[in-house]
Amino acid sequence: MSVRHALLALLSEGPKYGLQLREEFEANTGQVWPLNVGQVYTTLQRLERDGLVTAVGDAQPGGEHGPQKAYRITEAGSAELAQWLRVPPDLSVPPRDDLVMKVLIAVRVPGTDVSEVIQAHRRYLIELMQEWTRLKEDDNGRDLAFSLVVDSELFRVDSVVRWLDAAEGRLRRALADGWNPAQAAAPAASAGLPTRPTMGVRR
Amino acid sequence: MSVLELRSVSKVYGRGAAEVQALRDVSLTVAAGEMVAVMGPSGSGKSSLLTIAGTLEEPTSGAVLVNGKDTLRLSGGARSQLRRRAIGYVFQDFNLLPGLTAAENVSLPLELDGSSMRKAHLAALKALEELGLGDRARHFPDQMSGGERQRVAIARAVVGERSLLLADEPSGALDTENGEAVMRLIHSYCKRGVAAVVVTHDAQLAAWADRIVFLRDGRVVDQTAAPAGPESLLEQSS
Repeated sequence: MSVRHALLALLSEGPKYGLQLREEFEANTGQVWPLNVGQVYTTLQRLERDGLVTAVGDAQPGGEHGPQKAYRITEAGSAELAQWLRVPPDLSVPPRDDLVMKVLIAVRVPGTDVSEVIQAHRRYLIELMQEWTRLKEDDNGRDLAFSLVVDSELFRVDSVVRWLDAAEGRLRRALADGWNPAQAAAPAASAGLPTRPTMGVRR
Repeated sequence: MSVLELRSVSKVYGRGAAEVQALRDVSLTVAAGEMVAVMGPSGSGKSSLLTIAGTLEEPTSGAVLVNGKDTLRLSGGARSQLRRRAIGYVFQDFNLLPGLTAAENVSLPLELDGSSMRKAHLAALKALEELGLGDRARHFPDQMSGGERQRVAIARAVVGERSLLLADEPSGALDTENGEAVMRLIHSYCKRGVAAVVVTHDAQLAAWADRIVFLRDGRVVDQTAAPAGPESLLEQSS
């Protein structure tokens, strides 16, 4: 998550103080990603160093964090923000996913009921989805940022549940076809992993 | 009191080599006000569970109790009456009658149960209004969107104080937003005391339920724990 660009976005509405930026950041991310004020000031200092924001006026006294300065976005800052919004994040490399590893390993451990392993993870994930859904139900669409964040979490966890469903189905078919984990692996390893897709991925 | 109780229900279709065991020793209790989702891959027995819970089919062995009544011991007439008065069904493809308006579709079960046309019509209008469909009462199903049709089907399923709502993939034919609206609606009826069983393979829809039961090869293999406080996620992330 880019705190840097989130702050640039908030400053594109007009000059703001650090504390105000923290409050607005939390409000605009549905209160799901808390941010400490130290992080805000460090980021502002770096943005100022890079010429993307500039301090306006004199520091105002008061506040538990000492004198407060207001910042405004520069032209270079606006250009950087516009550019960042349009560049897709790099998703071309599969993350080293713990859950995928657990299922791959479960398949190889003799005497393991893989369906039971998969079900334990499925239950946990769906309980997580129930909690998010309850929050969504209570909020009832009042906080747009929150709804967007909850949807994104639900889709993300749902994709993992769907992968578990697919994995279980694939495994059952393989076992029914007489597949034996002890004799597997080797040919796949020698064939090598498919090359990473790079076409159309901007860096 | 539990609204629905399945006791060691088994269901076998066919005989000999063609025998298929759809449900094996399934026990499930659903209390008033509770929404239970049943999840499982196709062929796991989800739909059989629902038709047996709705007394549309009889189990091969076991007992099915609705509002404390053992449905297998009721006469055919008494069972039909229970089905009409206590149980509402919602299907994936809505199952509205195309030649009837929204209001007529909703009032039909009441009329079949002996209500006067006028009384049934008023009850139907009230149910449609509650679902924000008051202005659609005179529309025919093909004049409505999929989301509206499913809401009409839900109105038909709950009209007349029914205590058990059974839904088979109720959002299967709808987009995310309409699907969510349907689940929100079913859950809101549960909060008012209706018991619901929703069969689905979709985790996002199942997540609306208070409890989720997992079916594999006709057996209940697992279920979710009692709900944690809704604030626990936000506490974790702060």
